[in-house]
Amino acid sequence: MTGTTAARTYRDYSQPLWRRLLISREAAVIGALALVIIVSMISVRAFAQPITITYLFLDIAPILLIALPMTLVIITGEIDLSVASIVGLSSVTVGVLHQNGVPIPAAALVALLVGLIAGAINGALITMVGLPSLAVTIGTLALYRGLAVGLLGTTAVTEFNKFWTDLAKSKIGETAIPSVVILIVVLALVFGILLHFTTFGRGIFAIGLSPEAARFSGVNVERTKFILFMLSGIVSALAGIYYTLRFGSARGDNATGLELSVIAAVLLGGVSIFGGRGALPGVLAGALLIGTLASALRLANVTSDVINVITGTLLIASVVGTSFLAWVRNKRARPGGTKGSSPTATG
Amino acid sequence: MFNSSKRAGAFAALAVSFALVATGCAATGGDSSGDGDGNLAITFLPKNLGNAYFDTSDAGGEEAIAEFGGTFAEVGPATGSPDGQVSYINTLTQQGVGAIALSANDPSALCDAIGEARDAGVKVVTFDADTSADCRDLFINQADSEGIAKVQVDLIAEQIGDAGQIAILSATANATNQNAWIELMKTELAANHPDIELVEVVYGDDDDQTSFDKTAALLQTYPELKGIVSPTTVGISAAARYLQDSSFKGKVQLTGLGTPNQMRDFVNDGTVTAFALWNPGDLGYLAAYGAKALIEGDITGAEGDEFDAGKLGSYTVGADGVVLLGDPYTFNKDNIADFDF
Repeated sequence: MTGTTAARTYRDYSQPLWRRLLISREAAVIGALALVIIVSMISVRAFAQPITITYLFLDIAPILLIALPMTLVIITGEIDLSVASIVGLSSVTVGVLHQNGVPIPAAALVALLVGLIAGAINGALITMVGLPSLAVTIGTLALYRGLAVGLLGTTAVTEFNKFWTDLAKSKIGETAIPSVVILIVVLALVFGILLHFTTFGRGIFAIGLSPEAARFSGVNVERTKFILFMLSGIVSALAGIYYTLRFGSARGDNATGLELSVIAAVLLGGVSIFGGRGALPGVLAGALLIGTLASALRLANVTSDVINVITGTLLIASVVGTSFLAWVRNKRARPGGTKGSSPTATG
Repeated sequence: MFNSSKRAGAFAALAVSFALVATGCAATGGDSSGDGDGNLAITFLPKNLGNAYFDTSDAGGEEAIAEFGGTFAEVGPATGSPDGQVSYINTLTQQGVGAIALSANDPSALCDAIGEARDAGVKVVTFDADTSADCRDLFINQADSEGIAKVQVDLIAEQIGDAGQIAILSATANATNQNAWIELMKTELAANHPDIELVEVVYGDDDDQTSFDKTAALLQTYPELKGIVSPTTVGISAAARYLQDSSFKGKVQLTGLGTPNQMRDFVNDGTVTAFALWNPGDLGYLAAYGAKALIEGDITGAEGDEFDAGKLGSYTVGADGVVLLGDPYTFNKDNIADFDF
């Protein structure tokens, strides 16, 4: 790492935690989320009612779930594009097993195992063979989706026990909040503690900043990445089970394209696509921001293609905006120098 | 400098989202004509947007809704996925529209969302693609198998002078719809067209190149062949493409099921005289009138219910809440310019 980065990192931590949180990128996303909610409540008809919360969380639960491990993966500087295909594979696994008389809990366990194996294959190809995760997971994106569609063809399994499909859509007591939020909160706490309060988590940041430096300081880079891809696989499979039961339909093409929404939420939440930077609260706010914005725009009768354009623009604005500012900052700090992340430069 | 850039980022994010929400709000208003009796706010929810077929059907719905003074809207996912439609059904439930006219991407995945909509008083009419019968109020069926089979036999009989050899170029060997139609076509031929001989049924697997090759093979194998019927849109256009550049153009007649955009050139240059499909505009038109009748309480979707559908006349609800649009529509040189799907 260069001198500027080192100095910046030092300066980051030279301030108390509350102050860092207050002026952070995460705070900006949370602020934007609050603003969208307030403006929508005032000006979008039918937005300000409890059912909005129900539908919002039911809709974005898979994104929130998968964004948790995805955040950790992206902080190491890697990416997992196969998550939505694992959702599809998990969905089909549940469907096919259920069709053959396997009860839902057992089918769900097998689906989780399938997700774990899918993640392990990603992890093995990346850490043991040494291939770039972008290439590996584009490959497995096609592979897992192909398996999912191949297993069920164009048909769908839809005869699920009402108990389980109702459970997926149930609410906490008399509130409008779906039960799946409990699952999300528990997993968010687990991943938050793992990332921000453990040695393993500090290793994740270290790998993202410089794999070489991390290795020399005793971080087992390969093992860490392998575990993260397995976590990504198993959480994606969990999201697949939820997805299947929520829609009461196991299809090979379930959740196609979901990986982009997940990655958008992670990047919008302030995680650097180059690794080394990011925090879970920002990611959760990012996912909620995308979901709330889409929900409000739909209620305002904005068509889906326009919603996609707006979400995309928001993402570009936030990612490019901060990257551009960082680049300008770097240029100003080191005139004529190369990229700040060049490992050859010494401080 | 570090802090200021962070703040700049925060401001940028806030400004962008504010601008976006403001834009979103500008599009609000006039989305529904209030609640209560006769809430004629009818929203069309096609399988996906940007699809010429559904543009045509939804335009038909808009025409009908304008006639009876309701409020038309169209929403839908960008890709044909059931989860995208669920979000929109939820949204329409929240908005409290009068009815949803829906072409379902999945027969059962939408049922829970539709159930919530109906509990909230929203009427649900499916058209083009149905859900399970117990989910929705009404299904507008574009055509029944007998009608589809008969129109194709009638067309080919007329084109070849009701005598001679014909062949069928189908989709895959186990395609349920096509096989049902072919059986009905055989029955119709035997009953009413004794001089027409069906020599072979070949399968192009709904693949353009395979269908093209099978057409070539048919014409080589049966030099006396006078006509080909292709009850699949992929097959008919591949066969037409082969005929267009071959010496058989004009000598061997081709008909079947196709779409106007796909068949336009072949009809205009005489390769194909006429082909059939239903009119998606009429389908959307009828769906809108069905929704109106449900909203106003004229019908409940029970078998035997009758309702008026403007220029299309009067319709009766059949078993399982199905309303049949009518006979398939025949496209030829005179009317093909009126259609864009």
